[in-house]
Amino acid sequence: MPRVTCIEPDGHARALSVDAGSSVMRAAVAAGVDGIEAQCGGLLACATCHCYVQPPWLDKLPPPSDDENLMLGNVAAERRPNSRLSCQLIVEPALDGLTVQFPDRQS
Amino acid sequence: MVSQAPIVIVGAGQAGVQIAESLRQEGYAGEVQLVGNESHPPYQRPPLSKKWLLEPGVASALSLRGAEALARRRIELRLDSEVAAIDRAASRLQLANGEQLPYSALALATGARARALSLPGASLGQVLSLRSIADSAAISAAIRRCAADGRPVVVIGGGFIGLEVAASARKLGAAVTVLEGLPRLMSRVTAPIVSEAFERVHRAHGVELVFGAQVTQLRGSGEVESVCTADGREYAAGCVVVGIGVVPDDRLAAAAGLACDRGILVDDCARSSDSSIVAAGDCTARRLTDGRLLRLESVQNAVEQAKSAAAALLGRERPFRAAPWFWSDQYDIKLQMVGLSHGYDQVVTRGDLQKPAFSAFYFQAGRLIAVDSLSRVQDHMQSKRLLDHGLSPTPEQAADPLFELQSLLREAKLATADGA
Repeated sequence: MPRVTCIEPDGHARALSVDAGSSVMRAAVAAGVDGIEAQCGGLLACATCHCYVQPPWLDKLPPPSDDENLMLGNVAAERRPNSRLSCQLIVEPALDGLTVQFPDRQS
Repeated sequence: MVSQAPIVIVGAGQAGVQIAESLRQEGYAGEVQLVGNESHPPYQRPPLSKKWLLEPGVASALSLRGAEALARRRIELRLDSEVAAIDRAASRLQLANGEQLPYSALALATGARARALSLPGASLGQVLSLRSIADSAAISAAIRRCAADGRPVVVIGGGFIGLEVAASARKLGAAVTVLEGLPRLMSRVTAPIVSEAFERVHRAHGVELVFGAQVTQLRGSGEVESVCTADGREYAAGCVVVGIGVVPDDRLAAAAGLACDRGILVDDCARSSDSSIVAAGDCTARRLTDGRLLRLESVQNAVEQAKSAAAALLGRERPFRAAPWFWSDQYDIKLQMVGLSHGYDQVVTRGDLQKPAFSAFYFQAGRLIAVDSLSRVQDHMQSKRLLDHGLSPTPEQAADPLFELQSLLREAKLATADGA
């Protein structure tokens, strides 16, 4: 199972085993990671699962869709070049080691 | 200090889980018990009427919090536990299995249940409603059977749930008829121009929409076979999905003498009429400052009210006043709604009504009160921030596609910076 590390707003890192095909959001919510709300449950409707993808992973991910890009334009915390919505990050074996950081606010 | 009884939360859905976690975030170190009457650990419901109907998966894929995450925060989860009564005088709960649970403070997050049809035939087999994982799985299976047998799915109610089910049933290849009692779709929550857009889309996808339909009875032997309406028509049905709204579950609270009015009455800090009991989520009716009662069935409301409720249990005031928002997925249209359009006197639109990809801006006396966006993600996100900050474009600005809503947000920030 690929491992994903979620860094909480206070800097605490949580390493999660994620089923391939599942999203980073799903894994982080189920594990009770601090800093993620994910109110809409992964339907790309709320932008409350915003995260920062840590290097070198950003370039290994498929780029955001138009809708994700527009949603990212209005997230509650600062948008950075490595901002993504974690519900759109589908974990695959090639992403073993993926690390994301959650911001201090989502809404 | 004498060891205290736990804080007990009744209901292990979105609101219940949030109350428990917010208690920890607010620094509460005592025992917390989360009591749920389903057998699944806490899960997210919104996908149940959307993606999940198309591809039901394992329940754990909807997990809201796993056992480990709750244990880490010392939240004791009790599943399959039906609470029979609240004994306020003794500060304890009576469970249906005879057990008693003492509490130092109580939070009610009992949710809502699907409103049932009270008509002849309503208890026939394959008459279904949607609330839980099991309901969603049953509806998904029934739709697939209908698609395979060439029998229609009849949906009673043209609101969010009914229309999401209709869209999913079409995607799965079943014939679909929607029977709506009122003259248009989603009429309680949207302007006619939005209803019309959804009517066109559903019809274009082959859904039969019937308005002003007064269902009189369901017929069948064992399983439902048809739905009859007051105008004498009879609609063949392989299954019937009832989507006529929900009933806030205030039964425990009402029986215990808490003030209820189709929902547990709470103030904007989630406090009930008993100062040691709070309530949050779908089970509540919130008294607004103008005296109106607000019943919101949404994740945002559950989460935000739950944060207020946890704070209130610890003696803090954390009113919830953010603009309410909702969403719905039907076919490839993403409907996002923010604010409450009730009482609007003007609606303007921007975008393409035919596609449809537009937003409807609702004004009252020239001020923006709500926005419905159909596949206009950016309008929604920006409107949400405008409403949260009490900002309003003029109707002319809202209707002008060249006017940037973002500019009002930028100006507001500049104004703050200048004032500081």
